[in-house]
Amino acid sequence: MDSLVNAEYEAGFTTDVETETLPPGLDESVVRFISAKKGEPEWLTEWRLSAYQAWQDMPTPQWAHVHFPPIDFQSISYYSAPKSQTDGPTSLEEVDPELLDTYKKLGIPLHEQEILAGVRKEVAVDAVFDSVSIATTFKDKLADAGVIFCSISEAVHEHPDLVQRYLGSVVPQRDNFYAALNSAVFSDGSFVYIPKGVRCPMELSTYFRINAQNTGQFERTLIVADAGSYVSYLEGCTAPMRDENQLHAAVVELVALDDAQIKYSTVQNWYPGDKDGKGGIYNFVTKRGACRGDRSKISWTQVETGSAITWKYPSVVLRGNDSVGEFYSVALTNNYQQADTGTKMIHMGRNTKSTIVSKGISAGKSENSYRGLVRTTPSAQGARNYTQCDSLLIGSESGAHTFPYIESQNPSAIIEHEASTSKVSDEQLFLCQQRGIDAEKAVSMIVNGFCKEVFRELPMEFAVEAGKLLEVSLEGAVG
Amino acid sequence: MSLLQIEELVVEVAGQRILNGLNLALDTGEVHAIMGPNGSGKSTLANVMAGRPGYEVVEGRIEFDGVELADLEPDTRAHAGLFLAFQYPVEIPGVSNMEFLKASLDNLHAARELEAVSTVEFMKSVRAIAEELDLNPEFLKRGVNEGFSGGEKKRNEILQLLLLQPRLAVLDETDSGLDIDALQVVAKGVNRFSGPDNGVLLITHYQRLLDHIVPDVVHVLAEGRIVRSGDKDLALDLEAKGYSWVVA
Repeated sequence: MDSLVNAEYEAGFTTDVETETLPPGLDESVVRFISAKKGEPEWLTEWRLSAYQAWQDMPTPQWAHVHFPPIDFQSISYYSAPKSQTDGPTSLEEVDPELLDTYKKLGIPLHEQEILAGVRKEVAVDAVFDSVSIATTFKDKLADAGVIFCSISEAVHEHPDLVQRYLGSVVPQRDNFYAALNSAVFSDGSFVYIPKGVRCPMELSTYFRINAQNTGQFERTLIVADAGSYVSYLEGCTAPMRDENQLHAAVVELVALDDAQIKYSTVQNWYPGDKDGKGGIYNFVTKRGACRGDRSKISWTQVETGSAITWKYPSVVLRGNDSVGEFYSVALTNNYQQADTGTKMIHMGRNTKSTIVSKGISAGKSENSYRGLVRTTPSAQGARNYTQCDSLLIGSESGAHTFPYIESQNPSAIIEHEASTSKVSDEQLFLCQQRGIDAEKAVSMIVNGFCKEVFRELPMEFAVEAGKLLEVSLEGAVG
Repeated sequence: MSLLQIEELVVEVAGQRILNGLNLALDTGEVHAIMGPNGSGKSTLANVMAGRPGYEVVEGRIEFDGVELADLEPDTRAHAGLFLAFQYPVEIPGVSNMEFLKASLDNLHAARELEAVSTVEFMKSVRAIAEELDLNPEFLKRGVNEGFSGGEKKRNEILQLLLLQPRLAVLDETDSGLDIDALQVVAKGVNRFSGPDNGVLLITHYQRLLDHIVPDVVHVLAEGRIVRSGDKDLALDLEAKGYSWVVA
C-alpha cells in the first residue's frame, strides 16, 4: 500500500524561447518598469505603487497549516516576457511555434481550425505564457454577443472605465500580503465582461503555465457579469518541472450584479515537486467573488492536485438579497505536498444561501487541511449555510485536518456542518483485487467515487480531465 | 490434473502458525465442503488461496490449474479464475455497485482475452441474476455493500459469483448470519453456478448449508490440517457427535 506514491509529472517540459526577464529584486523602480512596459495610464501606476507601499509593511501570513522556509522576495524576478512577443502577435500564425507546441503537449484547444472543424467543443482560450497573454481565440464570436474576453493588459487600454471601476473592488490592494504583492506587480491575466442579459455563448477558458526559471507568476483576473447575465469560466494550470520553488500569487475577482451567475471552475496541477519534496510551486492565491446584486449566484469548483504548497480560499461575499454562493472542492496531496484550502462565505444580504462541499485526499507524507469561514452579519436575516467536509486518507503517513470557523451574528441564520474522515483500507483494495481490478485502478476508482459530488459540478470535459488527473497524481500511491 | 492441488501447506499469520501441512485436491465438476471448529484455520485457507496480504506461505504449494499461486498478486489469481466469496464483504462508499461490477467484469474479460461486454448486455445479465437472488435492482445504484444488511451483502457475493463465472469458487462461511430464506437463495445460486467445468469449495461451520448444497467430499479441518475426509454423511455425523469425535 505504501509504495504506490510515485507519480511522474506529465507536464514536465520547458519551452526554449528567448525571454526578456527583469533581474531579481523588487523596489519602486521595478513596479514603475512593469507599468511602463505595459504603457499603463497613470492611475494604474499609482494604484500599483500604493499597493507596493502597503505590501512593504505587511507581515507574511503565518496562520496556515503549512511549513516552508521564508521566501526571499528580492531573489525573484518580477517580469518575464517571451521575446518574440515584444511586438505582439495579431494572429495564431504569428505566435512562436514553440509556444504553440507547448500548448499542444498540454492538450490545449488553441487552434481555431480544430475547433471550427468540430474536432473539439468550442472553448475560447486566453493563454497566459509566463507573464504575457499570447493568443486569444474566438474574440469575434464573443464580440458579436457583446462579450469582452481579453487580457487584462488589453482591457486597461480598451476598456479603462470598466477596469478602473472594478479592479480591486472585491480584493482590495491591501487585502493580504500576497494580494498586495500581486496588485503591485501583476503581469497579466484575463478580463471578462458579460453585458446585461447576455448568456455567454461558450465556455471561456484560460490556461496558465509557469515557464521561466525563478519567475513568480502574478496573474490578475477580473470577471464582471452584468445584470441577468451568465458565464462559465474554466481555468487550467500547469507548470514545467523545476528544481527551485516558484512563487505563484494570483488574484481573481468576480463581480455578479442582479440575477447574474458566474460559474468558475479550476483544475490545478502545477508542478508538485518530486517524490522527496524537492521543488514545486508555491500557490498562494486570493480568489473572491462578490454577489453584489439581488438573486445573483457565484459557484467555485476546484480540483487541486498540484503545487508543493497550496494556500487558497475562493470566497463569496453575499451582499445581494437572495444571492447564492457555492464552493465545491477536491484537493489531493501526495508525497510531501501541503494544502491549506477552503472558502469563506460572508452572508450580508437577506435569505442568502451558501453550500460548501470539500473533499480532501491525502497520500504519501502530505498534509491536507480544510479551512473555512461561514459568517452571517446582523443584516443577514434568514441566511443558510450547509457545509460538508470529507477527508480520505491513503496510507498511514499523511495528515488530514479540518479548521471550520463559524461566526453567526444573526439569530435567524441556520448553519450546518458535517465532517467525516475515512481511509482507503487494505480490505477495500483486497476486495477490488480479488475481483480482478489491480491496486492502482482500485485506488483511483475509490478516490473518484469519493469525489463524485464535486466532479458532477464540473463542465463535462473538465470532469473527465479531473478524473484522469487524480489517477496520474495517485500513481505509485499503493502497492 | 486437479483444478486445485494443495500440498503440505504451512501458513503463518503475524508469525503464528495457522495451517500446518494441509493437503487437498479438488477436480472440476466437484463440490467440496471444509468443516471444522472455530480457529481451526478455515478462513486462513480461503484467504491464503486468494492472496490476502498478511497470510504467508512458509512451506508447501498451492497449485491452481497447474500454476503455483504463492507469488501471484491477488488480481492475477482472480484473472486465472479464482473467486472468493467474502465472509465479511467490505463497503466502498461512493463507488456504485454497477460501476464496480462493470470494472470487475471488464478487467477479467481483458485479462482472459475475452470479448468485452457491452453495457446493455451487462445490465441485462446483472438484472436477471439480481432477480433470481431476490435483490432489488435499486441496489446497483448504491455504493458497494454500502448500507447493505448482512443477508444482502452475502447475496451480492453470490451475484458476483454468477456474473463473473470463475473456475473455482471459494465460499468463506457464506452461510453465517443468514436466515433460512436467505440461506436457500444463496444455495440456489451456488447450485446454479456449479457445473462440470468448475469447482466449489464451501467453507462452513455448520452442516445446515449442506442440506441445500450437496457436497461430493466433506473434509474436516483441525489444528491446521485435514484430519478426515468422507462423503456427505460425514457432515451429518459431525452434526450429531460434534468435532471432538474426529479431532481427538
